[in-house]
Amino acid sequence: MAILKTEGLTYTYSAGTPFEKTAVDHVELSIEDHTMVGVIGHTGSGKSTLMQHFNGLLKPTSGKVLLDGEDIWADKKKMREVRFRVGLVFQYPEYQLFEETVFKDIAFGPKNMGLGEEEIKKRVVETAHMLGIDETMLTRSPFALSGGQKRRVAIAGVMAMRPKVLILDEPCAGLDPKGRNLMLRQIRDYQKTTQSTVLLVSHSMEDVAGFTEKLLVMSKAKLYCYDDTPAVFRRADELKEMGLRVPQISSVMGALRSKGVELPQDIYTVEQARDAMLSLLRKGEGTC
Amino acid sequence: MAEMVEASHISFRYPAEIDEKGNQLESPLILKDISLTVKQGSFVAMLGHNGSGKSTFAKHINAILIPESGTMTVGGLDTKVTENLFDIRQKAGMVFQNPDNQIVATIVEEDVAFAPENLGVPPEEIRRRVDDALYTVGMYEYRKHAPSQLSGGQKQRIAIAGVIAMQPDCIVLDEPTAMLDPQGRQEVLETIHRLNREQGITIILITHYMEEAAEADRVVVIDGGEVVLDDTPAKVFAQVDRMKELGLDVPQVTELVWELRKAGYDLPAEIITEEECVAALENLLQQCSDR
Repeated sequence: MAILKTEGLTYTYSAGTPFEKTAVDHVELSIEDHTMVGVIGHTGSGKSTLMQHFNGLLKPTSGKVLLDGEDIWADKKKMREVRFRVGLVFQYPEYQLFEETVFKDIAFGPKNMGLGEEEIKKRVVETAHMLGIDETMLTRSPFALSGGQKRRVAIAGVMAMRPKVLILDEPCAGLDPKGRNLMLRQIRDYQKTTQSTVLLVSHSMEDVAGFTEKLLVMSKAKLYCYDDTPAVFRRADELKEMGLRVPQISSVMGALRSKGVELPQDIYTVEQARDAMLSLLRKGEGTC
Repeated sequence: MAEMVEASHISFRYPAEIDEKGNQLESPLILKDISLTVKQGSFVAMLGHNGSGKSTFAKHINAILIPESGTMTVGGLDTKVTENLFDIRQKAGMVFQNPDNQIVATIVEEDVAFAPENLGVPPEEIRRRVDDALYTVGMYEYRKHAPSQLSGGQKQRIAIAGVIAMQPDCIVLDEPTAMLDPQGRQEVLETIHRLNREQGITIILITHYMEEAAEADRVVVIDGGEVVLDDTPAKVFAQVDRMKELGLDVPQVTELVWELRKAGYDLPAEIITEEECVAALENLLQQCSDR
């Protein structure tokens, strides 16, 4: 069942002026429910514009966005509800914190949904736990936290609404390697626990390689492809032409394959490369 | 070669906060007795997890921060001496993470001219410097554009051009590629490597991308306000366990080789580039089939 669908989705900025630019061009897309999707494309490819359509921040110039089979623009009064069902976390969301305490900040969304106090409390505590925000932190001012903690609080605020679809724009930008890895694991665990769909916009091929099932690739305002992650990384040459890359490890495996070494095509993490190399080396164990 | 930056036993802490009861809170030392020299013309990468103190150190290089104890000299000038401030900031320019926070003008060439104007450079000379700087970063054809119409990588190159127009000896870049896409990162890296190679400008690059650090002459790792590793990229990254312990990473190729070494295969430890990795693996497979 598709949770998000677009039909001929097109968006033109500044239509009718000399700056007219089509940022999203006839995108046909169908994203299944309960999926972890990576969204890639170089700057200006239209990926952010596309994401902003999914929760109705932008209205298509033409075409439709269907959420659970319903056109989100069919009834304007329902837009508020759409925004509860599709959560969007912008880049550097820590700049959007504003409440007195961490608890209040995370509770802001659920409160606006009109949930009862008990339910709000339950969601705040649960979500904080999922993101490794300690309970003692809930009574503190969000402004007293470190950058990484602030970002988690901001993300928790959107997650606490339990949207069917959660879109995160570069949630790991500026984090160190350990912080990146932890953040990605927490997002994946959230997706598994809540059985929701998560769209992860990232410039890091290594990040999307290790943590997503599907990849959505935008190029020059068009949907270049939407496919299983390994299938997309198999098209390394095309990605490079688009100004993207493949993970370093895929590139090395590709170079060995082109020299005649028999390695499988779907390698995009270090673990996979290690296993493939070991099985290749051990195959000749008798002789080596 | 002369020393560009010389830190001698520098320590630093931020001013103590006052809580609601008016008590002064304990302010921890961010830099602890750091001694470090950077030679003129070198390319140094600085690594460390968030909060390790690397950005605080960087801000000492152009005297945004002054050490609490110890001495910091830049091109032989002590950052503690107020009269040196202008000269130091002309010698050492800084580029930060977010390109949108460092562009001040509405036209590209005016933005690049901002620093030399403030230095009191004569107008003809400014014209020449701005054109040179824009050529150097490959943005000359965009000189009449509004910065808001440029991509992140282009904006970062404009920020770098603004620094070059001051004719500095050293550029400190604090995670300049964190907000850029792969192509933008490539553009910025090529630019700073060219400046280093062709004009001998000293580069100090703070980054979370291990592949970027792998291309430096030297890697300095900061942890808890102290220098914990300081060597060539190959020697630093070969210490995979140590790097992970420090909350850092190593290039994927280094990690693969490390994993295979752990499994008992004979491979060189100091592999940091794709080419080296491909060659080493090919060699290993060859040995196996020969035997």
